[in-house]
Amino acid sequence: MNIALRTEGAIAVALLTGAIDGKSAPQVQIELSPTIESFEKIILDLSEVSYLSSAGLRLLLLLHRQATAKEGKITLIGLSEEIADTMSMTGFSNFFDIADSLEAGLKALN
Amino acid sequence: MERLEKRIDVYPTHRHDTFKLRPGKPFPFGATMVPGGVNFSIYSSYATSCTLVLFEKESNEPMAEIPFNESFRVGNVWSMVVFDLDCEDIEYGYRMEGPFSPETGHRFDASKILLDPYAKAIGGRDTWGQTPDWQNVFPYRGRLVFEDFDWEDDHPLELPMEELVIYEAHVRSLTKHPSSGLKHPGTFAALKEKISHLKELGINCLELMPVYEFDEFENSRRNDETGELLFNYWGYSTVGFFAPKSGFAATGRLGMQVDEFKSLVKELHKSGIEVILDVVFNHTAEGNERGPTLSFRGIDNKTYYMLTPEGYYFNFSGCGNTLNCNNPVVRNLVLDCLRYWVAEYHIDGFRFDLAAILGRDSQGAPLANPPLLETLAYDPVLGRCKLIAEAWDAGGLYQVGSFPAYGRWAEWNGKYRDDVRKFLKGEPGMVGALSQRIQGSPDLYAWNDRGAAASINFITCHDGFTLFDLFAYNEKHNEANGEKNQDGGNDNDSWNCGVEGPTNDPEIKALRLRQIKNAWTILMLSQGIPMVLMGDEMGRTQDGNNNNYCHDSELNWLDWGLLEENSELFHFCKNLVAFRKAHPVLRRSGHLSNQDLSGCGYADITWHGTRAWQADWSDSSRVLAFMLCDHHSGDDFLYVAFNSHWDALDFELPQLPEGKKWHVAVNTGVEEVHEVGREKELSQGNFLVGPRSSIVLVGR
Repeated sequence: MNIALRTEGAIAVALLTGAIDGKSAPQVQIELSPTIESFEKIILDLSEVSYLSSAGLRLLLLLHRQATAKEGKITLIGLSEEIADTMSMTGFSNFFDIADSLEAGLKALN
Repeated sequence: MERLEKRIDVYPTHRHDTFKLRPGKPFPFGATMVPGGVNFSIYSSYATSCTLVLFEKESNEPMAEIPFNESFRVGNVWSMVVFDLDCEDIEYGYRMEGPFSPETGHRFDASKILLDPYAKAIGGRDTWGQTPDWQNVFPYRGRLVFEDFDWEDDHPLELPMEELVIYEAHVRSLTKHPSSGLKHPGTFAALKEKISHLKELGINCLELMPVYEFDEFENSRRNDETGELLFNYWGYSTVGFFAPKSGFAATGRLGMQVDEFKSLVKELHKSGIEVILDVVFNHTAEGNERGPTLSFRGIDNKTYYMLTPEGYYFNFSGCGNTLNCNNPVVRNLVLDCLRYWVAEYHIDGFRFDLAAILGRDSQGAPLANPPLLETLAYDPVLGRCKLIAEAWDAGGLYQVGSFPAYGRWAEWNGKYRDDVRKFLKGEPGMVGALSQRIQGSPDLYAWNDRGAAASINFITCHDGFTLFDLFAYNEKHNEANGEKNQDGGNDNDSWNCGVEGPTNDPEIKALRLRQIKNAWTILMLSQGIPMVLMGDEMGRTQDGNNNNYCHDSELNWLDWGLLEENSELFHFCKNLVAFRKAHPVLRRSGHLSNQDLSGCGYADITWHGTRAWQADWSDSSRVLAFMLCDHHSGDDFLYVAFNSHWDALDFELPQLPEGKKWHVAVNTGVEEVHEVGREKELSQGNFLVGPRSSIVLVGR
């Protein structure tokens, strides 16, 4: 799992590459926590995520909760059809703001 | 005050190879995530030792076998915490050492790796229909689940029992047919996409045939003549009572069946639809002494099963073994299981398959006061959920009307089905019985202070003909089951309306449609709880098969094309459900008194024939009419006439109070449907009811 961080104005954009599962979830959480602390608006780009497991979904929800607890906001972009389906079928997508593209994500957050 | 970061019990006290351990907690049974690790706990009265067997997911060889330290045993429960496991990536089971002496009831076999009876998810049959590896040393594998689903404000709906309209369906059958047009047909996720149909029909309770993990390959075989692979399709044979069937989840191969099913329940609740699970506690998938040792048999055979004095299995279920439900340990298993489904999955109620077995003692004798049934009735967690018994078993115990109810239990009313079918086909001598069924069967339930809501009224269910087939076949046609048409019941009380099976004769087709409408009308106009079978609102057929348990094919799958083909029927059915909802007089919790207790000049129910006020109770009568008057609720007067005679008959209508007029709500003799509130006013005082037709009038 690799996380590339950059900013678009006041918005942090994190590109996640690899599988998010029980093994990588703790690392993702540790690496993204400072970003959640210091940015109000965050985009998680999942376009390079090859696999999102049950623990991975929970990690996303955890990050979302961390962000909303300090009145921040997370938008997801780059969901593959399979990941979008999985999130929808398990009810997780109800909790997230999901955008079709980086531009749409930025627009929604701005 | 600062929160302590660590608790002392997150530190291990013991080791086995590289695994860090600690004595566990005996409760709860099963595998539970605890800080830093997993608490494994399992019961056996007679095992001499126990070993936890861990696998990496889907691996053939165990990654570790960790014996329970003798100091980890409390009484007959072994428990330990194993730290630092990747909860998503392991599967677990147990080996039990103990005597193999069938004559004393013991069948321990330490060569087997056993499934935890409390496993919350089960791997091994992740994708429906995928041919299993028969050599696998551990075919059904315990998995760990996250129990952190965010229900938001969801809650079991707790609809009053008498308000229910139940729809019985099989998860896979409902959406597997290509005509469903769904991306993941046959799954919980697909079912979610069909909630709009259930809502449109107006039902408010979905009763799902078994969703506990079962093995569709159990006793699978080829039909010698057709070559079709026959399955344990319906799933009335449980592998794990706490686990939803992975093969019913589009995300099952990702191990997310728990979330997918919970998400379905949540969405159903949002649409005002309760969920009842059909639960099969009468037997397990291990069969008799020739069956496989998967779990219970190898953990504590003598406790879990009813055994003959020689150590063989009693077979009150007709499926090889019988769960020993009134043993206190097994009773707790059932209780824990149901509590879990209510608390963790927000399930609204349960229908107990062959529930008469749950009232038998360990030797099979019926108990006057069965502890299990009493326990369930009085349990705090189950305190508001529905408990419905299939009040008979395969051992000949038939308890419709006498099932021990404790003020809680309702019953599938088999007598309702039989009597209504006989009346509909025009058998003489059924009018008296029909009058009881329409009233919620007070003859069966009133003596025991049980109201109309004790009666689950149904004409069809998964067992037997569909409603369409009930009027298209005189005989069962089960050849496809590969048992030379010997299986399935022979007493169907069906009538083919003139030709066996499909026909293009317009008169016969019209008669069949009318009979289906008559059946719906009786069902929706009866006191008690109506239950309809999936597809009966659109004329689903099983080609005359009345025992469809083994077909993963169009014999079971609902063809959604029927909705358009039989749109007249669907429109009729949903209007009738709406009619029932609009009239509280049809949904009384108690029984009708047949008296004018409110002093309004009319009894709450009065009986009529072709002459008003003169019901014909004679043996040759095939007509019955009744009028409902509920002065207290302020509901309209309702008049209902059923004519099962082959001729049209003129019915004289009872006089209404001054200023009120009769309006036609339902007439199965014509195609026209009058929507609720827009019923057509009648000017005359009589009504010509067509041959084998029903009418419903509203007086207001």
